[in-house]
Amino acid sequence: MAETVLELKDLSTHFFTDSGEIPAVDKVNLQIHKGEVVGVVGESGCGKSVTSLSIMRLIPSPPGKIVGGEINFKGEDLTKASEKRMKKIRGKEISMIFQEPMTSLNPLFTIGNQMSEAFRLHQKISKKEALQRSIDMLKQVGIPRAESIVHEYPHQLSGGMRQRVMIAMAMSGDPEILIADEPTTALDVTIQAQILDLMRKLNKEKNTAILLITHDLGVVAEICDRVVVMYSGQVVEEGSTREILKDPKHPYTQGLIKSLPKLREKQQRLYSIPGTVPKPKLGRVGCRFAKRCEFAFDRCFQADPELISLGNNRKSRCFLYEEKESGVESDVNSTIRS
Amino acid sequence: MFAYVMRRLLMLIPVLFGMTLITFSIVHLIPGNPAKVILGEGAPAQAIADLEERMGLNEPLYVQYGNYIMGLLQGDLGTSLKSKGEIAQEIWPHLAATMELTFFAMLFAVIIGVNAGIISAWKQNSWFDFLAMVFALIGVSMPVFWLALMEQWIFAQELGWLPAYGRQDSRDPIAEITGFYVLDSLIHLDFERTITILKHLVLPSIALGTIPMAIIARMTRSSMLEVMKSDYIRTVRAKGGGQFLVIYKHALKNATIPVLTVIGLQTGVLLGGAILTETIFSWPGIGRYVYEAISFRDYPVIQSGILVIAFMFVIINLIVDILYKKIDPRIKY
Repeated sequence: MAETVLELKDLSTHFFTDSGEIPAVDKVNLQIHKGEVVGVVGESGCGKSVTSLSIMRLIPSPPGKIVGGEINFKGEDLTKASEKRMKKIRGKEISMIFQEPMTSLNPLFTIGNQMSEAFRLHQKISKKEALQRSIDMLKQVGIPRAESIVHEYPHQLSGGMRQRVMIAMAMSGDPEILIADEPTTALDVTIQAQILDLMRKLNKEKNTAILLITHDLGVVAEICDRVVVMYSGQVVEEGSTREILKDPKHPYTQGLIKSLPKLREKQQRLYSIPGTVPKPKLGRVGCRFAKRCEFAFDRCFQADPELISLGNNRKSRCFLYEEKESGVESDVNSTIRS
Repeated sequence: MFAYVMRRLLMLIPVLFGMTLITFSIVHLIPGNPAKVILGEGAPAQAIADLEERMGLNEPLYVQYGNYIMGLLQGDLGTSLKSKGEIAQEIWPHLAATMELTFFAMLFAVIIGVNAGIISAWKQNSWFDFLAMVFALIGVSMPVFWLALMEQWIFAQELGWLPAYGRQDSRDPIAEITGFYVLDSLIHLDFERTITILKHLVLPSIALGTIPMAIIARMTRSSMLEVMKSDYIRTVRAKGGGQFLVIYKHALKNATIPVLTVIGLQTGVLLGGAILTETIFSWPGIGRYVYEAISFRDYPVIQSGILVIAFMFVIINLIVDILYKKIDPRIKY
C-alpha cells in the first residue's frame, strides 16, 4: 500500500454550547494514502463535516475545539500547528471544496480575481501570471471559454460551473489531499456525474488523494477506493468500497445499503432505518446505534463497543463481531438475507 | 453604467416635480397671510390688498404654482419677503456652509465609525468590542446640544484650543469664491487661513458627526459579523487566506451595502441642516436660514429652503444607488 499522507488518531472535536459539551467528533481514526479516494459516509449530523473542517483547522471557535487526538499530515501533527503554518498548508497541501457552490464564491469579486488570489497566496507571481494560470486551471477542469469566464462574476455561472471553479481553485496549489464536503449534493444528477468524473480524472492525473464526505452511497460506489462509515461522531465501519457495499458488517451500514432504491426489485416502500440519529452527548454509555438496531442485545446498552478489526483492512464497531465464535454472526447474516 | 446614470437622472424629473407640488402646497395651506406679516398687524385693509396683488397672492393657486414653476425653471427661487433679496443668491452661502460642515462631520463619522465597527467585529467580545459598543450606545443616545455645549466648555472655554463659534475669524473674513471656505482658502493659497477654518470646523463636526458615527459603527459591526459567517469567507480561509485578507477584502466589501445605506441616509439628514448644532455654533447654515424664515413666515424662503433640502436628499440617494451598483455586480435596475 502507498504511503500514508494523512492519519487521524483518536481525533475528538467538541462543541461547547449553552446546553453543554457536544462531542461532535469522538475519537475518530482515519488514514488516507497517497492518491487514494476515501469516502466518509453518514447521515447529517454524524460528524463527517466537522471531521473535515477539523483537518483544515477551520472549526468555528468558539464554540468548537479540537480536544484530543492527532492529525498527522506527512509526519506533522496539525493539531499543534500554528495558524501561520496552517495558512501555508491550507490551499497548498490540503484543499477543500464545499457543498454549496452557489454561496462558496464571493459574489462581489470576479472568478479571475478569486482564483488568482489562490495562486498568489502560495506563490510569488505577478497578477498577470496568476490570471493566466487561473485560465489554464479552469481549462483543465473543463470550463469552456475560460478567458472570458475569469472576468465574470459567480452569479453569471451555473451551479455546476461554480463547483468546477471551486475545484480549479482547490487544485491551484497542486495539493496532496483534496477534501470534498458533499461536493455534488446541491447539483443536478447529470452535473453530479460530471463533477465526479472530473474529480476522478484529477485524482488519476495528479495523484491527489481525495477525502470525499457524502451521505450518498451512490457517489461512494462511483469513485471511492475505501469507505469509512460514521455514526453519531464515531467511525462504525471501515473497509474497501467493494466489500462494504457487497457485505456490510455493521447493522447501521446494512441499514444504509438496504435503504437504497434498487432498480431490479419492485418495492412498495423504500426501507428506512427506524428512529433518528441521537445527538452526540458526553458520558453516554453503550453503542450509539443500539436503540435503532434490530440486533441489539443487553450488552449493546451497557458498554461501548470498540472498532474491531475483521482482517482484510475491515473494521466494525459492533459487539456482534467480538463474539464471532459464539455463532451470532451467522444468525445476523441469515436474518439480513431473509 | 452611463446609461444607468442617465436613466436615473431622467427619473429625477417626476420626483422633482412632485417635490415642488408638495412644498408649494405645504406653504400655501398653512394659515397666515404673508402680506399681513410684512405690513404688521395694524395695517389698513387696502394696503394689504395692494401688496397681495403685487406679490401675486390674489391669483388662483394654480396660477401661482405655474408662476413658481416657470421661475424655478429659470433658476429663480423668488424673492425673500424679509430681506427683499433674490433667494437663489441668498441661499447658496447657507447651503455651502451646511455642505461643508456635513462633509467634515460625515468624514469623522465614517472614518471612526467604520473602523470601530470593523475592529469590533474582528475582535468580537473583546474589551475593545465591548468599549466601542458602549460608546456607540452613548453616542446614539446623547443629546446633540449637550455634547455641543460640553465641547465648547472644555475645548474652547477651559482649554482654549479651538474656537467655539462661526466658520472663520470674523474680524478677517475670507473673499468667497465657492462658498466652501476650506476650498476657497486653498484656492487663495492662504494655508494659514485653511488651518483657522479647519479649527472652526472641528467642534461642530464632532458634535454633528457623533450620532452618525455611532450608528455607522453598530451597523458596520453587525453587517461584518453577518458576512463573516458566510460560506465564501470559509472558502477564503480554506485557500490559505489570513484574517486581514478575509476582513479587509472579502468581508468589508460585502458588508458595505447596508453601511452605505446608513451613510447615505445620515448624510441626507445632516444636509437638511442641523438647527441645534448650527445655532449653538453660530454656523450660518441652511437649517438656521429656514428656521429664521419660518419664524418670519417668509414663505418663498421656506418653500425654496425645503425644496433645496429635498433636492439634496434625492441627489444623495442617487449617488448611493450608483455606488451600490458599483459595489455589487448582481444589482440590476
